Amino acid sequence: MIARLLRMLAFAALLVHAAASAHKPSDSYLTLAVDGATINGQWDIALRDLDFALGLDGNQDGAITWGEVKAKHADIAAYALARLTVGPAHGACEPVVREQLIDNHSDGAYAVLRFTVTCAAAPKSLAVGYRLFFDVDPQHRGLLNLSAQGASRAGILSVDAPVQQFVLAELSRREQFADYLKEGVLHIWMGFDHVLFLLSLLLPAVLVRSLVPGATWTGAPTFRHAFWDVFRVVTAFTVAHSITLSLAALGVVSLPSRLVESAIAASVVLAALNNVRPVVFGGRWIIAFAFGLIHGFGFASVLADLGLPRDSLLLALVAFNVGVELGQLAIVAVFLPIAYALRDTWLYRRVILAGGSLLVAALAALWLAERAFDTTLLPALKFGT
Amino acid sequence: MEVRGRHVACALAQLLAALCAPVAAAPFVPTDEVQVLERLPERTAPQYRELKRLQAAAVAAPADAATAVALANAYYALSRAEGDPRYLGYAQAALAPWWKDAQAPTGVLVTRATILQSNHEFDRALADLTTALAREPKNGRALLVRATVLTVQGKYVEARADCPRLFGLAPEFYVFACLAAIDSLTGKADAATAALDRALATLPGDDVSGRAWGESLAAEIAHRRGDKSAQRRFAAALAADPRDLYTLGAYSDWLLDNGRAAEVIPLVKNEARVDALLLLLALAQKALRRSDAEASIATLRARFAASRARGDVVHRREEARFALQLAGDPQAALRLAKENWSVQREPADLRVLAEVAAAANDAAAAQTVRDWLAHTGLEYAAVAALVSAGKGLAK
Repeated sequence: MIARLLRMLAFAALLVHAAASAHKPSDSYLTLAVDGATINGQWDIALRDLDFALGLDGNQDGAITWGEVKAKHADIAAYALARLTVGPAHGACEPVVREQLIDNHSDGAYAVLRFTVTCAAAPKSLAVGYRLFFDVDPQHRGLLNLSAQGASRAGILSVDAPVQQFVLAELSRREQFADYLKEGVLHIWMGFDHVLFLLSLLLPAVLVRSLVPGATWTGAPTFRHAFWDVFRVVTAFTVAHSITLSLAALGVVSLPSRLVESAIAASVVLAALNNVRPVVFGGRWIIAFAFGLIHGFGFASVLADLGLPRDSLLLALVAFNVGVELGQLAIVAVFLPIAYALRDTWLYRRVILAGGSLLVAALAALWLAERAFDTTLLPALKFGT
Repeated sequence: MEVRGRHVACALAQLLAALCAPVAAAPFVPTDEVQVLERLPERTAPQYRELKRLQAAAVAAPADAATAVALANAYYALSRAEGDPRYLGYAQAALAPWWKDAQAPTGVLVTRATILQSNHEFDRALADLTTALAREPKNGRALLVRATVLTVQGKYVEARADCPRLFGLAPEFYVFACLAAIDSLTGKADAATAALDRALATLPGDDVSGRAWGESLAAEIAHRRGDKSAQRRFAAALAADPRDLYTLGAYSDWLLDNGRAAEVIPLVKNEARVDALLLLLALAQKALRRSDAEASIATLRARFAASRARGDVVHRREEARFALQLAGDPQAALRLAKENWSVQREPADLRVLAEVAAAANDAAAAQTVRDWLAHTGLEYAAVAALVSAGKGLAK
């Protein structure tokens, strides 16, 4: 490691003498022990590092005494805890320092912070976010040791990887699958933009384009006819969003979320307007496919927020996608019989198809404006992905 | 669950090495307010005042590249003088606004390359230096650092081409020393020593670091060839600069090779914070069958475990030697020495590879060493003996 010639740089007055192999760089040792809703932590931070960041050496004599450290206990606790978050993937828990001690490691004295993190409930997954010293020493590392349910796991927190996620609840693969499946179903049901897009495309499925001048639509002749139209649209949408959901979840493709969310809102506007002034009739499955690609990116961002287990990424992806499809099928199963029964009524043609579509288009246009310009126009109606 | 003290380090050590030495005691609350817990080396360093001035300047002008480079260079110098990589991190922080900028100002590129090579990121360092030299072909510092990095990688032809370009950019001594350092690795040790002697004669008396460097280079050449003049050369180097950590290490190696382990201990015992010197201390203690060898070995083990826990790979040469000579694990040593050789190819790296090849009876590694000796012409008697024909294939 000794770049021997580098010592010659002295000629430029840039260097003193070269050193032999250096000793340890800056590390802190963070130990977390999860016990239900409580996490007991111990954090060993080198006094030298704390001095560099906070100035422990009060009298500037080059020696740090216990008295000087004690005088800075409050500062040390505040500085350190402001740079650490420990908690479930959504919402952190509250850490409180219990006591501060001293320990000697192989490379010098460390402040030892013992703290307790209290969460509202026993976390199922834990995200550890770490920022200590990264601004003053980008080569600093936090060496994490997490123990939960008798098993311990290690992680390295660095400026390039400041967050580590751990799945705590030792879920069986079946439970894990069920969890992600449920998230998938919930997401399609709660994600109004996806539902409205799909319904906008499905509303005309129980109708066919009228050959009678003056009337745009006429009722589908058979249930079979309506069913296959729905089948084509739903399948196209499913195939498309599965493709992009997988690509995005596996990290092959990524798009800025503002663009994705805006495009999703635009897709709802277009799909709804197509029912008012039809441009596309039988080829609605093509719209479903094209915009389905965009909706897939929207699903992926939800999946990313849930936190993907690294060891079972594929399982989570498949389960979430299956959940989305099941949620979709449930909507279709309710929609299709009702729509088919009402297809020849004035209510369906005028109120639901025309009026409903206009309403959807207007709502989605507001979403589009919100998302594209990053403002809030509908505080009470913050639906969407 | 209560987590106790030493056990943070040990838990990591256990995790990675399945070995745990109780190096640190359990956490404690000191009883005496005036008890000194830690000493800060930079406070007593002569450069401390200058460092404070540069820090203030960087705070006042955060967007000024020249100020940032000056501060980063000061930290880099401290990292070399004190053998403390923390200063490399501080140097990197000083360059933060430009750290990921491929087209950073030339001064930033050269300093960034200097920091990167310290972390063994040789290829990234070379890319920065090549960009810098494309802009400023007469940047002496860039030339010298590039020659160094290429030499460490064993690319002697390219490295040597950078030396003559230093004429007029650096005092002549450094140009001839640049050439001699490379020639001494490529079968021209005699000529290199003679050239070095001529160059040293031109060196002004006040350039102690240049003299320490030149003498210790000559000493190492003599050491590799088994030449008795090594003793005199090391003494001259240490007379010029008694605290030069590199010379202390090289001299300790020579003493150990010559059965003079007892002299190593006073030389390095106050520099045990530097891993490579602690390794030499432990080797000397072990050779003398001293009881304090165990404590040094335990500390080294903890440091290597901590280093691996943070994902560092800069200690592989030392760790291979530790595994072979102190931990008695030739297979681990072989793996480390091979990994190390794939990154850096200085004579010391070759020697570790030769030693583990012989100990682990690994024919492929021995062949690598023989090929290197044949290909470069490196004159290194001890290494040649370790892998002399058939030796690696015995048993």
